[in-house]
Amino acid sequence: MSVLINVPETAAPGEIVTIRILIQHPMETGFRTGRDGALVPRDIIESVACLYQGEEVFRADLFPAITANPILSFHLRAGETGRVEFVWTDNSGVTARDGRLLTVA
Amino acid sequence: MIRAAVLAGIVLALPAGAQDRRTGYDDMSPALQAMQDDPMNPAAFWLIDGEALWSEPAGTRGQSCADCHDAAEDSMAGVAARYPAWDEEQAAPVDLNGRIALCRDRHQGAGPQDRADPDILALLAYVTHQSRGMPLTPDPDPRLDPARARGETLFTTRMGQLNLSCAQCHDDNSGGHLAAALIPQGHPTGYPQYRLEWETLGTLERRIRGCLTGVRAEPFAPGSADFIALALYLQSRAAGLQVETLPIRP
Amino acid sequence: MILTRRTTLATLIGGPLVLRFGPAAATPETMQTAIDGFTGGADITEGRVTLRIPLLVENGNSVPLTVSVDSPMTPDDFVEQIAIFNEINPLPDTARFHLTPRSGLATVETRIRLNGSQTVHAIARLSDGSFWSAATEVIVTAPACREV
Ligand code: HEC
Ligand code: HEC
Repeated sequence: MSVLINVPETAAPGEIVTIRILIQHPMETGFRTGRDGALVPRDIIESVACLYQGEEVFRADLFPAITANPILSFHLRAGETGRVEFVWTDNSGVTARDGRLLTVA
Repeated sequence: MIRAAVLAGIVLALPAGAQDRRTGYDDMSPALQAMQDDPMNPAAFWLIDGEALWSEPAGTRGQSCADCHDAAEDSMAGVAARYPAWDEEQAAPVDLNGRIALCRDRHQGAGPQDRADPDILALLAYVTHQSRGMPLTPDPDPRLDPARARGETLFTTRMGQLNLSCAQCHDDNSGGHLAAALIPQGHPTGYPQYRLEWETLGTLERRIRGCLTGVRAEPFAPGSADFIALALYLQSRAAGLQVETLPIRP
Repeated sequence: MILTRRTTLATLIGGPLVLRFGPAAATPETMQTAIDGFTGGADITEGRVTLRIPLLVENGNSVPLTVSVDSPMTPDDFVEQIAIFNEINPLPDTARFHLTPRSGLATVETRIRLNGSQTVHAIARLSDGSFWSAATEVIVTAPACREV
């Protein structure tokens, strides 16, 4: 499972930047049946949080109605230089994280 | 009876085949075109994997693609625009999917490959990306001509319980609708493609399988001579149209 | 006439539709219950929220959605949450976005699944406790050639 994160490398203090994340994930709804007629167990990312300067600045709670390989795009007001960190959790509680440095100058 | 009436219905309702060639991209809504034009498109995951696999040693020889072919940007530029091509050893046409599988087997010593293997698919996406925007230029090797002619015959042959040919939909009725779906001209410019219907990346072979089961016909066996013949014809029919990567289709 | 032809063709060509979702399906009533859960029954005013979704989509598996709320996004006046609801998928809850003054701009984009034509609703909860909404009707078509 890979992830693509788009954070600008630099921003001016106070500038509002666009942050994007695309996560490779089937987002299996738990409502679909497989070829054998049995229900395919749910396997979805339930939450994607974005942390910056020690605070949670954005979080998305996702449900089965979010597309496979989910994408999120949102905004962030640049403060100090620091990592824009993502933490995402699936419905079995497994967590992954990744981030990018945002240089504020 | 009902079926005959229904099919007569489509044929009457549809406009005559357009003269201008349009790709599946041209036919998509602006929203899906924007999804394809976005470099953060889900097909990118296969490209990333393919790029990594390119320089990873594999098989009993422990050699990577890069060991023999160096930088893909140079050695693979235009290859996807030209394929299918002739394979000397098999004395038969081979498509790009098959060529990559053959290199894994013959040159890396990894044994016979499943054409739909995720690694092969990722390499196919990566190799195809090196032809991004290039015009499809059918290989002029005359040994390919009989297969290309066979492909044209297949394209115009009625198949399946619905007794429809590819040409009836994609030549005669493209631009019209089948149920609510637009019938495209059926050009192979965007493969492997991320199809929203599949929620994953898939090959031309998989896509045509969908059309064949649609008309209740027996799909071609993976990598069969008939499929490659059809791919050769589709490619010459689309000559000059540009290779799309990373393609999205509904 | 057209409807009959469509239905028949979809059955003929599309084959037995792959069951994307099980028999359970949300109804406008279950959606209302979910919305009440989000608002705690508070009044919702139409406005301040803009929901952009293409009106006609070729495949319900991936529908681009952009929601924005007119807000200064300052510590005393910001959007706390935006919830997206659908009417007929098995679950009415679609996504919930938690924003902060650090967001700067209350605009979020994602892609959603829509199990057929329906109205999609976006409801924002502001830091003053008020709720604002927008809704968009989407027509979902399906590709003709599907694997069975
Ligand atoms: C040991 C050397 C070797 C390795 C390793 C190798 N190849 Fe090849 N490749 C060849 C040779 C030789 C040919 C010419 C066709 C033939 O003889 O099989 C070729 C042909 C090709 C072609 C067709 C080029 C054209 O212009 O027709 C493609 C595409 C290709 N290889 C891709 C790959 C990929 C992808 C890998 C890694 C999975 C790979 N090759 C690994 C030797 C190699
Ligand atoms: C009954 C009409 C019909 C027939 C017959 C048919 N197709 Fe299709 N084909 C479609 C439709 C409709 C689509 C668009 C996708 C969809 O909605 O399923 C399509 C899509 C395609 C595409 C995808 C084009 C792209 O942009 O990627 C290709 C390639 C294709 N068909 C090839 C074929 C071939 C080859 C045959 C014959 C073996 C064939 N089709 C037979 C209706 C048909």
